[in-house]
Amino acid sequence: MSEPLIYELSSPGRAGVKPPQCDVPASALPAAFLRAELPLPEVSEIDVVRHYLRLSQLNYAIDKGMYPLGSCTMKFNPKVNEVAARLAGFAGVHPLQDEESVQGALYVMYSVQEYLKEIGGFAAVSLQPAAGAHGELTGVLIMRKYHLDHGDAARDTILVPDSAHGTNPASTSMSGLRVVEIPSDARGNIDLDALRAQVCARVVGLMFTNPNTLGLFEEHTEEVINIVHGCGGLVYGDGANMNALAGIMRPGDAGIDVMHFNLHKTFSTPHGGGGPGSGPVGVAAHLVDYLPGPIVMLDPASAEDEDPYFTFFDPPRSIGRVKAFWGQFGVIVRAYTYIRMLGSEGVRQAAEHAVLNANYLLSRVKGAYPLPYDRICKHEFVVEGHLKDAPDVHALDIAKRLIDYGVHPPTNYFPLIVPEALMIEPTETESKQSLDNYADILLTIADEARHTPELLHAAPRNAPVRRLDEVRAARNPVLRYEH
Amino acid sequence: MNMDTGVRYLETHEWARQEGGEIVIGITDYAQSTLSDIVYVELPEVGDALAKGDQFGVVESVKAAADVYLPMGGKVVAVNIALEDTPELVNEDAFGKGWMVRLSPTNLGEWEALLDAEAYQKVVEEEEAAH
Amino acid sequence: MVYIPHTDVERREMLAAIGVQHLEDLFQDVPEKFRYPHLDLPEPLSEMEILQELQFLASLNLNANTTPTFLGAGAYRHWTPSVVDYVISRGEFYTAYTPYQAEVSQGTLQAIFEYESMICDLTGMEVANASHYDGATAAAEAVIQAYNVFRKKRAKIVIAPTVHPHYRQVIHTYTQGMGMEVVGGDDPTTPLDQLIEMVDAQTACLIVQTPDFLGRLVNLEGVADQVHARGKGTLLAVVVNPISLGLLKPPGAYGADIALGEGQPLGLGLNFGGPYLGFYATQMQYARQMAGRLVGKTVDIEGKDGYVMTLTTREQHIRRDKATSNICSNEGLMALAATVYMAALGKHGLRQIAELNYHKAHYAASVIDELDGFTVIKNRPFFNEFVVRCPAPVGEINAFLRTDIEEVEIIGGYDLALDYPRLENHMLVAVTEMNSRHEIDLFAEALGAFPVENGRSDR
Repeated sequence: MSEPLIYELSSPGRAGVKPPQCDVPASALPAAFLRAELPLPEVSEIDVVRHYLRLSQLNYAIDKGMYPLGSCTMKFNPKVNEVAARLAGFAGVHPLQDEESVQGALYVMYSVQEYLKEIGGFAAVSLQPAAGAHGELTGVLIMRKYHLDHGDAARDTILVPDSAHGTNPASTSMSGLRVVEIPSDARGNIDLDALRAQVCARVVGLMFTNPNTLGLFEEHTEEVINIVHGCGGLVYGDGANMNALAGIMRPGDAGIDVMHFNLHKTFSTPHGGGGPGSGPVGVAAHLVDYLPGPIVMLDPASAEDEDPYFTFFDPPRSIGRVKAFWGQFGVIVRAYTYIRMLGSEGVRQAAEHAVLNANYLLSRVKGAYPLPYDRICKHEFVVEGHLKDAPDVHALDIAKRLIDYGVHPPTNYFPLIVPEALMIEPTETESKQSLDNYADILLTIADEARHTPELLHAAPRNAPVRRLDEVRAARNPVLRYEH
Repeated sequence: MNMDTGVRYLETHEWARQEGGEIVIGITDYAQSTLSDIVYVELPEVGDALAKGDQFGVVESVKAAADVYLPMGGKVVAVNIALEDTPELVNEDAFGKGWMVRLSPTNLGEWEALLDAEAYQKVVEEEEAAH
Repeated sequence: MVYIPHTDVERREMLAAIGVQHLEDLFQDVPEKFRYPHLDLPEPLSEMEILQELQFLASLNLNANTTPTFLGAGAYRHWTPSVVDYVISRGEFYTAYTPYQAEVSQGTLQAIFEYESMICDLTGMEVANASHYDGATAAAEAVIQAYNVFRKKRAKIVIAPTVHPHYRQVIHTYTQGMGMEVVGGDDPTTPLDQLIEMVDAQTACLIVQTPDFLGRLVNLEGVADQVHARGKGTLLAVVVNPISLGLLKPPGAYGADIALGEGQPLGLGLNFGGPYLGFYATQMQYARQMAGRLVGKTVDIEGKDGYVMTLTTREQHIRRDKATSNICSNEGLMALAATVYMAALGKHGLRQIAELNYHKAHYAASVIDELDGFTVIKNRPFFNEFVVRCPAPVGEINAFLRTDIEEVEIIGGYDLALDYPRLENHMLVAVTEMNSRHEIDLFAEALGAFPVENGRSDR
């Protein structure tokens, strides 16, 4: 049974949740501005509860089982985080209240800035960006402005490895800069010769994802950074894969000039079915003045006091604000809670076990699926979802068959440099049993691919719907309910 | 895969046909089969003056978008508006009903530099082998 | 180890299966001089301890929900029906990812389809996307859409100076590398006609806001036609307050090309500024130049109805440097909250909420206008926010409201001098359904008690 649309449950005249009575005298409404009709649904509260509860049950989620989407870091979302963010003294604060009346909120923001500086090895952090891609745009604009300020207007090029997330080139274009793609070598590293051939006085910087989207740590990290710095360029770190590095290596120590963090990946805040995320940006000392503001600072006059006082501050050469108000505060409270519960050791252990889990799962499946780069991986790995002795089976079929077994598929068809890619990131919060279960399913499916490929082609059968007609959706778009 | 021996080709999988002093342009049958089900075609505006090698549009499937380039320069005199509602014409008849633009060419000499069917066939074979 | 389920025995088995001895062996490719840095983070706390600490920190903030509050300026204290948090607290919704695997994401996908439909109904537009980060970034994406509609050939945009100052700033930030010319100035008294005159055939779009940042309703009847004619197709983008649309004519009704705004009033709570929700709608002819995700209806191989993300070739994961935007994560859960809010209140409830806002704001304006030294600027109709000329700087009055009245703290309105120097001593007052008559009377009484002489002595 399909769940009808909320509009289809509507009955003319049915009242929903009841607003209060008006306790002031009515004023004349501005006749010239009034709308004729408002075609929203007319449903009762119980209709709403049942409808959205039934919809929720059509979803897969981390709370149901393993969700090893590569580059997405689908780790457990601790329940205490949700309680923390909903505390009335956080959830009920207006962003434009006087600073004296929001000192608890500013303390949380200041602390998260400090923690991210420490974990990333940076001189300053702005919490303003709302998501990873938003952090990238911020970072690229910072690099651009830095060069302009140094009289270097000829720099117009960002180098992007071919394994990068699509957001890297997209953020570059939005900044008015051009993209030059750098190929990978046979071990999955950045091709150093190709990089050397492209560095010149036009380079704004390199966008560097480390470990990269193959889950591999760049074996020439220092050389890559030195080559780019050597031409006067800056190095942007894409922090999407920080779950492999927190507590293991501080990108700032290695010479990364600017990087975004994904609080919704590394720091356990939920993905919410697509968002909200949070993409704070950390920078080295020479870029501090360019951060989007305002950021929170400790009032120097109160630094020694028992009750330190926090205040907003706009960096002097800022690229400008990237969002209204201060940042995704509710997400920042969750990340604060998580970091405080882990401490230094916990942060490192999370990364270690994320990498342990990925390598263990890889060790269990690598005989069954072609492995394009056979190295110790970091928090994720990529195999090919195409077997020599099952030529008609594709990564998509394997992904859909995993659904039949009650688990979530990995990221598929990314990174683009591996044909039929299956990109698997189990995260540290999965147990050995959970990983063994997933490995067993993958091995069973590899076997099915050879002997009963029709099961894969027909998958999923054990889901709320079967494969959907995306061509029809794109050729004749139906993007809203028609009354 | 169909080939049309009456047209000339670009290595980037576009074709050009001479029709009464004008040039009709589309993408090849090989290109449409690689993209699979085409869901949208973006075309230039009539009157646009474009040079050989300029991007003149985008052909989209569900999961990919391919830029398409002009085999010859000229002024756009017509675009195939049927593709707005029925982009699948490119899948069904790449060399015929799936045409994209009609140009008044700037320099007919550019015709000679285009690949003939035999040369284009080689390009396709090399690409196939690389996969 | 918190949140890590491994036992010592399991860890050893796993390392053995990998073929290494120690966890450190997995990090040999990380340069040794950088490996295992000392991190100076606070000692870890248990769940009980961190919650106790957080409760203390939260108690240091003044909670606007339980304090008489007259502050708006882009974020509003509204009542959120209980059912909203009930739905967004379902783990099936909030612990899911972007619905890339449609077969096991029908809940999220259908909810987004309903959200898109409701935003279209609310704004009177033809197509809405699945959300932006907030109203400000939605405004910046409107500029980029207009730029793309004209194939990057038009680089001028006109922004009304009464569009929210943060939105104007974010537009400047987003477009700084695109070589755009942004005009419109920052004088809030600039008449609309003068802005329309700035539109020419090089202008990609005109952005106006109604109610504007000063709370005034802007009559946009016929403006779209003028803008289209003057600019040979220039787009009209309108920033709107979604609650006002319970009562007021939607942008689609007067021919706008893009309607957008801050969705926070739709049941999201204040949250010290985020996460909020940028809603965004346009006409179907521009759907392919729009940023963000779109969900469409289709069928599965058995003919059963289902929902998928569609027109994805506009997006960064396919189109990379030629994408319409870099947006990936959006505000999905906040869009769900807004959907449940609009469903729960429905056709009648949203209108009632809008009327409550209107009547209470007008009642407040009438009582404040009677006070000595305070004048409500009433030259234009308003919705739930209006400007009061005060006898002293707004900061002084707000400090007085917070600290110097017996028994109660009041959060006063927004100091307009922060954004418009000529509006010194002008307070932007917001009144919603949450302000009882008692609160409004208390506020007026407190303003009336402000010692005007003290205020003036500073000048």
